[in-house]
Amino acid sequence: MMKQRKQFTGMPSKHLLTIMSIVCLVLFSFSYATGVSVGPLNVLTSYFFVPIQKGIDVIGSSISISAADTKTKEELIAENEMLRAEVEELTNKLNNTQVKQRELETLQKLYQLDQTYFDYETTGARIIARGTTNWFNTFTIDKGASDGVKIDMNIIADGGLVGIVTEVGDNYSIVRSIVDDTSNVSATISSTEDNCIVSGSLIEMTANNMITFSDLDDDENKVAIGDAVITSNISDKYLPGILIGYISYLQNDSNDLTKSGKITPVVDFKHLSDVLIIMEIKEIY
Amino acid sequence: MINFKQYIRKILITALIVIVCFFLQTNIFSRFQLAKVTPNILLCVVSSFGFMNGQKKGLIVGFFCGLLVDIYMGYYLGIMAFIYMIIGFINGFFKRLFFGDDLKLPLVLIGASDLIYGVLVYVFLFLTRNQYNFKFYFSYIMIPELVYTVLVSIFVYYAILKITSLIDKLDKRGSRRLDGTF
Repeated sequence: MMKQRKQFTGMPSKHLLTIMSIVCLVLFSFSYATGVSVGPLNVLTSYFFVPIQKGIDVIGSSISISAADTKTKEELIAENEMLRAEVEELTNKLNNTQVKQRELETLQKLYQLDQTYFDYETTGARIIARGTTNWFNTFTIDKGASDGVKIDMNIIADGGLVGIVTEVGDNYSIVRSIVDDTSNVSATISSTEDNCIVSGSLIEMTANNMITFSDLDDDENKVAIGDAVITSNISDKYLPGILIGYISYLQNDSNDLTKSGKITPVVDFKHLSDVLIIMEIKEIY
Repeated sequence: MINFKQYIRKILITALIVIVCFFLQTNIFSRFQLAKVTPNILLCVVSSFGFMNGQKKGLIVGFFCGLLVDIYMGYYLGIMAFIYMIIGFINGFFKRLFFGDDLKLPLVLIGASDLIYGVLVYVFLFLTRNQYNFKFYFSYIMIPELVYTVLVSIFVYYAILKITSLIDKLDKRGSRRLDGTF
């Protein structure tokens, strides 16, 4: 018995450290060179981790719902009344919009402008894991290659852009959100059609729940605080016309040619639990 | 043969602890963030295995925990594996000072590990992308994570301690029964 024990403890721990460091380096260079970050390990995650996580997610969500569910009856009644008023208001607006929509459709037919941007085919998905690190904003959703999800598909929720699929397993995929520190999105200011780059920033996100934009070329000083920012036509990964957020801070860069600032995203990233996957990949011509 | 069985059992139990803690972190605690951070339970596991079982075990457990984080982070493989591995290895140096019933040393070690982890992640993944605002990351990410992790690790550490001592007892009983010389 002692002999076996010795065999196991035989190698000095420094050697083991060196060997494992080399393994890490090999793994890193392999995934860096090929761009594939998971490879064969996805079988392990697909058939072992993800099914369990789907189960735990149900329990976890019920716990967090019961924790949030502490409103009194009066509060609920007040909220109900408020919501009723809002429903009425929105119904009015909807009727109005429907009339306008019909008009738009007829006019579009006249002009043969059939192509609308916002008719993307989507599939719903649930977030089943997040928070592996506090440094990066990535999460796992419960749809994967077997549901037709592919790398670079866009993810939306609450009518705004959430992120992009960076990794696909059989029954799960990993999404990098636009507030992640490494994320960059080519965007357009919807009112003036000026292009800019929207980048996630861990600092801005932690400090004021915002993301940053830069390289805005606005010669005529038309862009203002409150303008909507959407994904641009020239982006090679993001489909055009998806709302990102609204400008909440604007400043001139030191070169006096471009502007930069901050955007408040429309998506509430903190309370995100369900998302929509756009089942379309942007084709570059 | 009994030794081999015990060896396999130890590996399985360790894997189980790692997996349960990973689920705790990503599925349960990620819903209950404090100051926008999730506690780093996996790090607490790696650190505990390091100072309880020595450099090698800490290193191996760290490598696999890091690999798990790498897979779920969707960045390049190997970076987190390396960082967690180093943490496990460093904690192994403190095995000599470690006595089970004292809570101070484990908590100090876990806290220090979390700080080292934060600095390493900053150096490898943020400094390399020209993010120089270390002060901000230190006070808004590292310190909150440290506090939350140490709070949670009181329970996690005790659970790990209880499980491992139970396993050790079982092992001893088993080998005494079959191997009179022990």
